[in-house]
Amino acid sequence: MSIIYFLIGCSVLLALVFLGAFFWAQRNGQHDDLYTPSVRILLDDEPEETEPKK
Amino acid sequence: MKQAEIDQQTTCFHCGNDCADERIELDEKVFCCNGCREVYSILSQSGLCSYYAYNLHPGVNQAKAGKRLDYLKEPSIIRQLIDYSDEKFTTVTFYIPDIHCSSCIWLLEHLNKINRAIYHSRVDFLRKQVNIRYATQLTTLHEVVALLDQIGYEPLISLQDVVKKQAFDKKDNLVKKIAVAGFCFGNVMLLSFPEYLGISAYEQSFRQFFGLLNLAFCLPVVLYSGREYFQSAWTNLKNKVLNIDFPLALGIAVLFIRTAVEVLAHTGAGFADTLCGLVFFLLVGKFVQRKTYYHLSFERDYRSFFPVAVQVIDGETERPVPLSDIQVGQRILIRNNEIIPADAILLKGDAHVDFSFVTGESVPVNKVLGEVVYAGGRQTGEAIELEVVKPVSQSYLTRLWNNEAFTRSQENRVQTFSEKISKYFTIVLLLIAFGSFFLWLPFDLPRAISVFTAVLIIACPCALALSTPFTMSAALSIFDKNFFYLKNTAVVEQLAHIDTIVLDKTGTITISGDTAIAAHITASDTEKQMIYSVCANSTHPLSRLICQYLNNYAKLNTNSYYEVPGRGIIADIDGHFVKVGSAKFIDATQQEDSSAKKTEVHISIDEKYIGYFTIQQHYRDGVNAVQSLSSAYRLYLLSGDHGHERESLSSVFSMDDMFFDRTPQEKLDFIKQLQQNGHKVMMIGDGLNDAGALKQSDLGIAITDNVNNFSPGSDAILDGRALKKLPVFLKFSKDALHVVYISFCISLTYNVVGLSYAVSGKLSPLIAAILMPLSTFTIISFTSLDTHLVAKQRKLI
Repeated sequence: MSIIYFLIGCSVLLALVFLGAFFWAQRNGQHDDLYTPSVRILLDDEPEETEPKK
Repeated sequence: MKQAEIDQQTTCFHCGNDCADERIELDEKVFCCNGCREVYSILSQSGLCSYYAYNLHPGVNQAKAGKRLDYLKEPSIIRQLIDYSDEKFTTVTFYIPDIHCSSCIWLLEHLNKINRAIYHSRVDFLRKQVNIRYATQLTTLHEVVALLDQIGYEPLISLQDVVKKQAFDKKDNLVKKIAVAGFCFGNVMLLSFPEYLGISAYEQSFRQFFGLLNLAFCLPVVLYSGREYFQSAWTNLKNKVLNIDFPLALGIAVLFIRTAVEVLAHTGAGFADTLCGLVFFLLVGKFVQRKTYYHLSFERDYRSFFPVAVQVIDGETERPVPLSDIQVGQRILIRNNEIIPADAILLKGDAHVDFSFVTGESVPVNKVLGEVVYAGGRQTGEAIELEVVKPVSQSYLTRLWNNEAFTRSQENRVQTFSEKISKYFTIVLLLIAFGSFFLWLPFDLPRAISVFTAVLIIACPCALALSTPFTMSAALSIFDKNFFYLKNTAVVEQLAHIDTIVLDKTGTITISGDTAIAAHITASDTEKQMIYSVCANSTHPLSRLICQYLNNYAKLNTNSYYEVPGRGIIADIDGHFVKVGSAKFIDATQQEDSSAKKTEVHISIDEKYIGYFTIQQHYRDGVNAVQSLSSAYRLYLLSGDHGHERESLSSVFSMDDMFFDRTPQEKLDFIKQLQQNGHKVMMIGDGLNDAGALKQSDLGIAITDNVNNFSPGSDAILDGRALKKLPVFLKFSKDALHVVYISFCISLTYNVVGLSYAVSGKLSPLIAAILMPLSTFTIISFTSLDTHLVAKQRKLI
């Protein structure tokens, strides 16, 4: 059963990685604007102007 | 089908306004004004017509006259506005109130197609901001703003860019603290399961391991996430105040110490999960309470009302000068619709100054050369030249901001329910804890200590601390849906305690500049000319309205003229005896449908009754609703305007409770007087003249037709459309307070149940671990559901 020590160590480590990721996202400003991206994704990309017209 | 087609044809392609009067066509599309067409032509030339594909008529009407942007060439002003600049690129953030749909986002993020020098632009929709990065060498701030203005997105640039500042204020790491607490809470719960489910005798080493891990997880929760509770409790204790943070901090501390002792001494599992859960839920409650309106500002003062710069005439040339650099003696040039920034003497031009926002006067004031014009007025008409006599910070209007009402903190406002109750709660809690400690002491010391700590743990007012935030934030979002924006959750409670309501007139219950005048006269042109000539002599607002109505006549010679204040005018025009005034003054017998809300001006020439003018102020929809409040609240009208509408307003306010010709300072003093008589006063106003009264009152509500426009500093902002719901809002705030009371009773019941375990010394970690989240969830679900239920009953959702 001593494998439990290792497993719990792993699970805590993994959880810490996620916490770190959340902190990184927070610092990076990813949670500053939670609304606009939801609209932006619905806007189509413009066709490239350099494309030859047929 | 056909109807729809016609509809398409007569509404502007850009802004969707009706263009019945004028049709301007381009590319088979109809526009209501040249401004809208201009925007369309710029967009179509740059290949940005997808703008019109995402939404029907996404534009904002462009009929208004263009603003002067010269001041954006001044380096000193540029420096204040930009975020960052070096040789390569410059970053700037603009607040653009007109952002309202996905087309706006799309267009503003494709500025690069119009001006290649703009590298990058990004919209924050809720804050109504756009962040632009452009090449410093290739374009200028002036060009960027001019471009935004051209495509119909004029940025709001003001001295006090409060909305921008707000974004930086809120960084106190609350989200990070919640993340840490949540992370630890989850792990501790997982590691506590074996303890609750039972660990077999030969696996006792695990118990120790789990206990130590739990203790390790508690450390960041107490030291990082929960630290502010200790700080707050300490500062409050130093000020001899017992607030809710004290029992909370005590509970957290006792939980941690007892857990540490039990784990390290191998006597038990401790209360690690209760501790982490407590801090986590408390922080979530704090987070919920904090609602931010990114696009609103409750702290605006005169600086955001005034322009950034003003044109100064320097000999032959004129140049823009930042407002703060304006000096006494400088000559300034004010064009149509511009605001006079400092007290100044009129030197040249015909000044018609609209002071409705500053003093509450509803009619523009005519100033003669050499007269002092106070700051804050808006010139209507031709450009005028003035000489500054007082610096901006010393002007008549801005002096109001030096009043103590603006510098004092908000502490003397109504104490919230939880503040009041937590004092007694703490005292009772300590009494029970020490009482049970001394009861057990003679028999069993360890038991006495265990009971003492158990009481402090179980009675920790977690649910109590959560009931107010969750109820009030639910109430806040319901108000928000009804166009009533409150500064914070404490305002809901203040709203419930109000007993006196003071209203401003101009702009608050009337809509300024929107007066309907109708003539019911049978007069020849010469007679009309006579009426005009009489009224042109008078400065009375009603006379001026009549003059405006009959404006295409020449003034005749006046032989004699006599004005009876408040009643009318008698004049001799070219030998004709003209009387203008109230029905009584004229001896008019034809009293037709004289409805209460109309002001009438009767006219007779040579003792012959000619007819009358009706002048109707445009009142907001909500005036009748305001009147219905008079049974439960004391209503006052406090206006800076003259009393000529006293009669028409008597249907809403009682005659003794209407006060006219009040200066901003007098308004403030009036509120203070009411407060000294023990009233809880709510002030509703819109203009700068109300700013002092709004600040002084227990609850200041700024009313506005467009929440993005300037509104003076206040506790709440009310959209003009929602004024009619004011009585419901007041009732609902009381309901919300009742929900808090009930939820307080529920949490107290949980506490009593828990205490019965604690006092008898039978509290196990399992009971605490079940009771704490259970009471929390009961409170959260009860408050949110009940608040919404009440709102539904009041028809607010």
